Amino acid sequence: MLSLISVACYLVFAPFLGGLLSGIDRKITARMQGRVGPSVFQSFYDVAKLLQKESLVVRRSQTIYILFFFIFIIFTGALFFAGGDLLLVIFSLTLAGIFFVLGGFKASSPYSYVGAMRELIQMMAYEPMVLIAAVGVYLVTGTFYVKQIMAFNLPLIIFLPAIFLGLVYVFTIKLRKSPFDLSTSHHGHQELVKGITTEFSGPALALIEIAHWYENIFLLGLIFLFFASNPILGIILALAVYFFEIVIDNSFARMKWQFTLASSWLVAIILGCGNLFLLFLI
Amino acid sequence: MKSFIKKSPWIIHYDGSSCNGCDIEVLAALTPMYDIERFGIINTGNPKHADIFLITGAVNEQNKEVILNIYEQMPNPKIVVAVGICACSGGIFKDCYNIIGGPDKIIPVDVYVPGCAARPEAIIDGVVKGLSLLDEKIAKSKAKSKAKI
Repeated sequence: MLSLISVACYLVFAPFLGGLLSGIDRKITARMQGRVGPSVFQSFYDVAKLLQKESLVVRRSQTIYILFFFIFIIFTGALFFAGGDLLLVIFSLTLAGIFFVLGGFKASSPYSYVGAMRELIQMMAYEPMVLIAAVGVYLVTGTFYVKQIMAFNLPLIIFLPAIFLGLVYVFTIKLRKSPFDLSTSHHGHQELVKGITTEFSGPALALIEIAHWYENIFLLGLIFLFFASNPILGIILALAVYFFEIVIDNSFARMKWQFTLASSWLVAIILGCGNLFLLFLI
Repeated sequence: MKSFIKKSPWIIHYDGSSCNGCDIEVLAALTPMYDIERFGIINTGNPKHADIFLITGAVNEQNKEVILNIYEQMPNPKIVVAVGICACSGGIFKDCYNIIGGPDKIIPVDVYVPGCAARPEAIIDGVVKGLSLLDEKIAKSKAKSKAKI
């Protein structure tokens, strides 16, 4: 029953929280750049406008892929907040990402094509670290079920500090923040137009935005998992990590894909595997 | 239904055959000094995401197709703002052999922002003026579709 309520809460409130979060993100970013910045509700205005716009597509099926991307992102979050299997959550997140990539490929413009390829590389970059994190959580708690992980009496960060750092590193990729906003970003890409989202307009783009809101809330949930034994501290630290990502976003230029891939795998090997190794020793 | 386009007008900026004076003024509007993002305005650089088409400079034989293409790729409702005197009429380049004239020779232009170069304040004014036209445009297209039914 409790899990049903938390899923319902996620489905209803995640878009509002996610939209507000991205609005606050833009406001903070603007302040960091010495600008006034848009209203914190700007993301909602954007999506409302996009829903009112005409839908222009290159191929009709590209919107279907985006719809599946949207559904699977929601499924991922719902599964997570229902207390489901962490591995299944990760695989469903990957599946959602694959649908997004397929949508980008389907649109078949050079920009969205390159964007989709970069998105694939990004997925390749963050996937090992995320999986290692799941393995680490299993080694500590003895379960993959989020519900039981949440009920673990000590904060996981005590056992998995290096894995947590590694996860924060790949979060920059997942949140589409500079220096790893290779495939698409909020700021106009000069070399790639809007990357993977270039060919999506109107309602389809709105759907992508809303999916990202859902995704961001789920990702914050993943951070929260490391401090689950103390919920208030968990929420504060999850938001602190998000703020840290905004700082990173504003202080780095975009890196090449080679660096993204190599560095995130290096992080996965050193921080991820190192932490697992230590767990075995202890 | 209320139109949200006023709250988040996204821009695509195209340089026809401008001397770059007006382009710099357009970009100046993005700087912390003017910060048009506080109105929700984003320079998208992508016609499929854009609501407002800013053109600087006159149209020549080579970019005629490009302007037409960008205009057609923008989803409705959309408006076109001609920035600078060259985009209004061709300006001092009007009599050149390769210049066709302002963009209004090939696509419908909604707002003209004169000036050489147009000042950032004038450009922002032009965009705001365009947004108020947009409501009329939406109302008109609705009336049209109703008349069809």
